Amino acid sequence: MLRRFVAATAFGSAIALLLVSTLTAQSNYKVPRLADGHPDFQGFWNNTTYTPLERPKGIDREFFTREEVIEQMKRAAAEESEQTTPGTVADVHYDFTQFGLDRSQAPVALNLRTSLIIDPVDGHFPPMTEEGKRLNAARAEARKRAGPITDAAQNQPLSVRCILMDRDGPPMLAGAYNNNYQIVQSPGTVLILVEMLHSPRVIPLDTRPQLPQQVRQLEGSSRGRWDGDTLVIETTNFTDMFMFAAQGASADMKLTERFTRTADDTLTYRFTVDDPKVWTRPWTAEVPWKKSVGPIFEHACHEGNYSLANLLAGAREDEKRAKAKK
Amino acid sequence: MRAWLGRASIAAVGVIAGLALSFTAASQARAPQAGAPQPQTSGARTARAADGKPNLNGVYQAISEAYWDIEPHGAAAGPVQELGASYAMAGGLGIVDGPLPYKPDALAKKKQNFANRVKLDPEVKCYLPGVPRAMYMQYPFQIIQTPTYIMMVFTYARAVRTIYMTDHKEAPADSWMGWSNGHWEGNTLVVDTTGFNDMTWFDRAGNFHSDQLHVVERITASGADHLSYEATIEDPQTFTRPWKITLPIYRRVEKNAQLLEFNCIPFVEDLIYGHLRKPSSN
Repeated sequence: MLRRFVAATAFGSAIALLLVSTLTAQSNYKVPRLADGHPDFQGFWNNTTYTPLERPKGIDREFFTREEVIEQMKRAAAEESEQTTPGTVADVHYDFTQFGLDRSQAPVALNLRTSLIIDPVDGHFPPMTEEGKRLNAARAEARKRAGPITDAAQNQPLSVRCILMDRDGPPMLAGAYNNNYQIVQSPGTVLILVEMLHSPRVIPLDTRPQLPQQVRQLEGSSRGRWDGDTLVIETTNFTDMFMFAAQGASADMKLTERFTRTADDTLTYRFTVDDPKVWTRPWTAEVPWKKSVGPIFEHACHEGNYSLANLLAGAREDEKRAKAKK
Repeated sequence: MRAWLGRASIAAVGVIAGLALSFTAASQARAPQAGAPQPQTSGARTARAADGKPNLNGVYQAISEAYWDIEPHGAAAGPVQELGASYAMAGGLGIVDGPLPYKPDALAKKKQNFANRVKLDPEVKCYLPGVPRAMYMQYPFQIIQTPTYIMMVFTYARAVRTIYMTDHKEAPADSWMGWSNGHWEGNTLVVDTTGFNDMTWFDRAGNFHSDQLHVVERITASGADHLSYEATIEDPQTFTRPWKITLPIYRRVEKNAQLLEFNCIPFVEDLIYGHLRKPSSN
């Protein structure tokens, strides 16, 4: 109860201050630079968002008004700070507010867009190709053939197995929590440390070619370069295991990520997915990243993955009991 | 409560800043500044970083048999008979400064660890390797150096060490890779690491520590392509006195040297969860 009150109060004052801060917005922002003249993106960033990847049904606009967005965020914050019902799955899993994991407790960049997808302008994935539909259907069929997710660890999504969070990719999209990133720049190298799964993306900035085609990686092969003040990272050599929500990309996906520092506290992240096997045309999404505070603590997901073992053990126990009943 | 309020105010600041952004972003679509940026090069080979400190940036790897056993040891059959000579233990002279000064109970546990190493070694399960083990495993690792953070990224299990060069803090909680504060003593990087859990080992021979482990490493570029590495190990719960590890670590000099993904979790799932698989499943 107290928590909810505090959340509401904090949110209320945030909104009041929002209105003040708009009057003093930095209009002559100068990008900080490293010794070599390139922009300095170093520090901690957070890409938590209330904006869905695809535009929600019934919305035919590209932007909400500021009031609408604030209202939506307020509503979502209130919902997320609701106590869970004791004994329910939600309660056993996580009370996000209690553990500081709900979105209102993260730095969130205000985004007036109705979807993260900005191209196509309707905010939706472009139509899938026939081959893309076949690939996705074959994947769904393979999952079905493998049996229920409680049959074996390998039947679970990659995220439950701590192997790869679909949202953390690359491309890097926010989930419910652990949306922090640390960027470190040394000559010739950019490191993006992703808090979720504690994944390090080490990106060379020289002219070396991508990895040989035979080398396939869950996070692909990334090469970076500067386009003016924008850091561009191109990634290929993916596996065929990456999913955007329900839509799976192919191993031939080419990803182009663009980072531009647009305000002292904002890094604008834009990515384009070019995967002609699956989508009839490339598509692009944009997410503002908000300056955050470090440090990032180790997220040892696999090492502490008791839930996967318990989940399988529970299913086996259920089967044993069902058998005994017969 | 206090901590929670802190978080709430962070959220509030974040939201405020976000709004400020929405009004500035459009006007900030910047053209590249003429003349400012230098062409980007892989400048890892200069002896000094921009701040004048020794430049440790690069991909490195230990060449040593110590990952089998940090103490001197002769060659021996590997723990898995089926793999024969291909996974046999290579002999090594050791990287320690004498017999490890285990307390009697700890020595007994070390022997048990060795006898049951296939079951107990955290490396077998793709668990984070801890320190100093990560430094001399048989995989490359990369150092990414700045004045405020020196990052070490390891191939094995994609482990990461963040070395805080300016913002020294006590470990907020125990972790697998520990909490590292660093500083320069002349040309030597000194890293003080605490906040470990008791679940990592030193090698495949069952050498272990408690959560009282305290590691002080001294890393010096002793040539263009190698580092002198020294670690002092202190753990009063396990050892009667501090002891030392010393070994050289080499630069991977290939032009295209880079870390490849080694996401080992899929390799160990049958090992860890196989007994919980539904017997009739596919």
